[in-house]
Amino acid sequence: MSYIKKPRVHHPGLTRNRLGLTRRDYEGTMSTLCAGCGHDSITAAIIEAFWELEIAPHEVAKTSGIGCSGKTPTYFLKEAHGFNGVHGRMPSITTGAHAANRELVCIGVSGDGDSLSIGMGQFAHVVRRNVDMLYIIENNGVYGLTKGQFSASADVGSTAKRGQVNREHPIDSVLLSLNLGAGFVARSFSGDKEQLVPILKAGLRHRGFALIDVISPCVTFNDHRGSTKSYQYTRDNYNQLVYADFVPPAEEIAASFEAGDVRSVQMHDGSRIAFRKVPDDYDPTDRDQVYGYIRERQRAGEVATGLLYVEEAPQEGEHSDFHGLQATVDEPLSSYPFEDLCPGADTLERLQERFR
Amino acid sequence: MAVDNRLSAIGGDAPASTNGERPAPRVNDLAFKIGTVNGTGSASANGLLRSAIFRMGIPVSGKNLFPSNIQGLPTWYEIRANGDGHTARTARFDMVVAMNPATYERDVKEVTPGGWVMYDSSWPLPRDLDRNDVTFLGIPLAKMTVDNFKGSRVRILMKNICYVGALAALLDIDLDIVRTLLKETFAAKAKLLDANFLAIDLGYDYAREHFDCPLPVRLAPMDGNEDSIVIDGNTAAALGCVYAGATVAAWYPITPSTSLVDAFTGFCHQFRKDPETGRNRFAIIQAEDELAAAGMVIGAAWAGARAFTSTSGAGLSLMSEFIGLAYYAEVPSVFFDVQRVGPSTGMPTRTQQGDIQFAAYASHGDTRHIVIFPANPHECFDFAVGAFDLAERFQTPVFVLTDLDIGMNDWVIPKLEWDDSYRPDRGKVLTAEELEAATGPFHRYLDVDGDGIPWRTLPGVHPNGAYLTRGSGHDRYGNYTEDSEPYADVLARVGRKIDGAAPHLPAPEIRLRDGAKIGLVTIGGCRGAVLEAVDELVERGIEADYMRVRAFPFHPDIEPFLAAHEVNFVIEQNRDGQLRKLLIAETDAEKAALVSIRYYGGYPMSCHHVMDGLARHIDIGADSGPREAAALGAAAPGAAP
Repeated sequence: MSYIKKPRVHHPGLTRNRLGLTRRDYEGTMSTLCAGCGHDSITAAIIEAFWELEIAPHEVAKTSGIGCSGKTPTYFLKEAHGFNGVHGRMPSITTGAHAANRELVCIGVSGDGDSLSIGMGQFAHVVRRNVDMLYIIENNGVYGLTKGQFSASADVGSTAKRGQVNREHPIDSVLLSLNLGAGFVARSFSGDKEQLVPILKAGLRHRGFALIDVISPCVTFNDHRGSTKSYQYTRDNYNQLVYADFVPPAEEIAASFEAGDVRSVQMHDGSRIAFRKVPDDYDPTDRDQVYGYIRERQRAGEVATGLLYVEEAPQEGEHSDFHGLQATVDEPLSSYPFEDLCPGADTLERLQERFR
Repeated sequence: MAVDNRLSAIGGDAPASTNGERPAPRVNDLAFKIGTVNGTGSASANGLLRSAIFRMGIPVSGKNLFPSNIQGLPTWYEIRANGDGHTARTARFDMVVAMNPATYERDVKEVTPGGWVMYDSSWPLPRDLDRNDVTFLGIPLAKMTVDNFKGSRVRILMKNICYVGALAALLDIDLDIVRTLLKETFAAKAKLLDANFLAIDLGYDYAREHFDCPLPVRLAPMDGNEDSIVIDGNTAAALGCVYAGATVAAWYPITPSTSLVDAFTGFCHQFRKDPETGRNRFAIIQAEDELAAAGMVIGAAWAGARAFTSTSGAGLSLMSEFIGLAYYAEVPSVFFDVQRVGPSTGMPTRTQQGDIQFAAYASHGDTRHIVIFPANPHECFDFAVGAFDLAERFQTPVFVLTDLDIGMNDWVIPKLEWDDSYRPDRGKVLTAEELEAATGPFHRYLDVDGDGIPWRTLPGVHPNGAYLTRGSGHDRYGNYTEDSEPYADVLARVGRKIDGAAPHLPAPEIRLRDGAKIGLVTIGGCRGAVLEAVDELVERGIEADYMRVRAFPFHPDIEPFLAAHEVNFVIEQNRDGQLRKLLIAETDAEKAALVSIRYYGGYPMSCHHVMDGLARHIDIGADSGPREAAALGAAAPGAAP
């Protein structure tokens, strides 16, 4: 970890986005994670994504559970409210916050232990409820803070630092969330910022639940030979199955791609996801096919990455995200005028005729 | 008077049942219970009886003793009507309506000597059930309904209405009121109304033809209920949540709290729809478990909504980790705990006050909570509103502890009142304007005003208000810490904050009597039984002061009451004397001056539990003992400490 305080003064030449903010304005406090931790790379990608999307930091609610991943919301968006809750329960906190104030941009950061063991139930149900949030699993296959126990995402045959071999079947968050009906499912690698940033941007703009499982090697406890979540293993078996670009509403798809390679998926707010170099027989909007394809790549020993599945936004009718299902008013419930919530004395008087 | 119709029903070879000691005529002071099978639709018939008595202006209560089951198990409904307003549960039943052959034996035993057993004489009653000190009133209910109605379901339902008709004749219940109630219920279903009218007449006429109606123990109209309503505590609490402006409810189904959220849902659909768009000004989330429900409430409250959950003991156990988070991170949140019998799954459809200590200190580490204890649906409404104000004022979880008896049974209470000038006390929340004008940085846990309550900001409001809420160690500025002093500084301040809440919580209800030397101290739904005991003691020449604790931490008025009596009997519904233990731990009261009286068998507390308990310690002039304990069909534990 680093003990250097961040300087308060910014270089005047830093690039500003349309809100007049520099990337530094999207940072948090200095990370206390291990030098080289994949999580810090993800933090950097999150900062980049928010800066590029020009989201005002204070409009964001950042939430996390417990573990190394749980610490990371401190490291980005210092002008956003954050909630570092209890182990495995980030989804319920986020669900509540989103229920209360639908205008908040919700980003939850979790880990493989936090989401796939202790928080498995909440993870499954936040997918089911289609809470409008970006859900990041910083996936390193181990428990870091308690010194290197296997997590539920550890592959069969993967070894721990001291040589124990994992024999239990892994839980794969990508396959699981496909099964649970998630409308946006991606896998990426902390070491591939070029791929990660556009996926984060698309995930933040996706209306409804968006999962990004990011392989994020633990340099201290799971970066050795024999681990299937090491930098080396991930690079050796990396398959950028799907390239996707995020295209904001106002921009045209870059002309540099050959027309035949581009498949564009419309998002709710008018932005698009432009797929390129998708395998011939791969349709990122066909849930069953995506599921089968990923399984096939896994059997071949590959780590299939990219924006693997995305549901096209419904063009009319009530959206099936949390607030669509709840049929809530457009205004945040948290600031709804009391006068419009309380039925008043006369109504109470009339109502009580029912109880006589 | 009453003909023993049983003779004809079983062929005339049974020993004639003799009337026992004939009770003196008694008006508006009676109790009867109806034993049925659950799932047979008796609830509406029983509710009809209770409503009719209510509309006659007589104070009345209805207690539903039901099984944790959907269909086929025994269930009882107890109605007590009392002109003096004593409507706590009683174990003296003047009459039993025995509709369930599976419980005939038990039901027949429970009638007080001189009382009556009404039964369905379509089939013979087993001879060994005979009692010569009660009168059997046989009515061929099944036969009458088979003869007059078609379809098995209708026949079952109409049999229930038939016994209502018979009871109306026997107890002198106003038949016009019964008919009016039926009209209101079946306003849109004329066919059903006709069937119900017929069933009422069948029962009524049969009783008039075969028995001396009314019985000497009967009802007569009075004017006791003009400003009253009949409501259960869960409905009243739900209404309180609506009036308090709660917008987010997260919950997991659990008896006996489910009907609170059900009622909230109903009221929200009635009052909280946007008139133009039809969209909801509320979000009700059925969570995957109680852990998630608690997390959603905390997340919603953190984001600025008034949010609550409703659960029972088992659910509260699951929520306890989150409760500690809300306490330490200072997130206002409201938890309704409709207590049932524990430990563990316990008896889900029976009542108890077993979560008092747990709620007071729920979660690991040093935690201590505001807990308020309504005694009846009226207080459920008022305290529900108050709970949100307290939670936001003190930025902490607030527990509203009711129980199955308060929550699910029908109580006659004074009409609920609302003051339209009420505005929610949102506590210390900085607005966007205040944050914009701030000259220095915002510090979430700084005790700016010296009252232990820091200022709070909501997400999405202003960049100057940002901070990271955490359950991990933090200092007064909201930063992570593992250092001794900054950690202890915050924890001590949170402790002071909760201490400081005590005078702002509901004060105890105190009733003093001249010359009283003993104090009766109680809590929650025991109120009715204890007040009845106070009256009964007066009749026996004993004066007793009464105090009902309504909140924790203890209000400043509590200790002087305890100190003023050589002995205080602490009356509650749990095995361990949890209120007494809390009083010992949290006041300077002498341990020996607090004597425990407890009943924890799962039914609502009765006056006789209090009297039996007192009799073990002081001379109360008469033994009211084992007779009623046996009648309860359950032990009435209440040993001395």
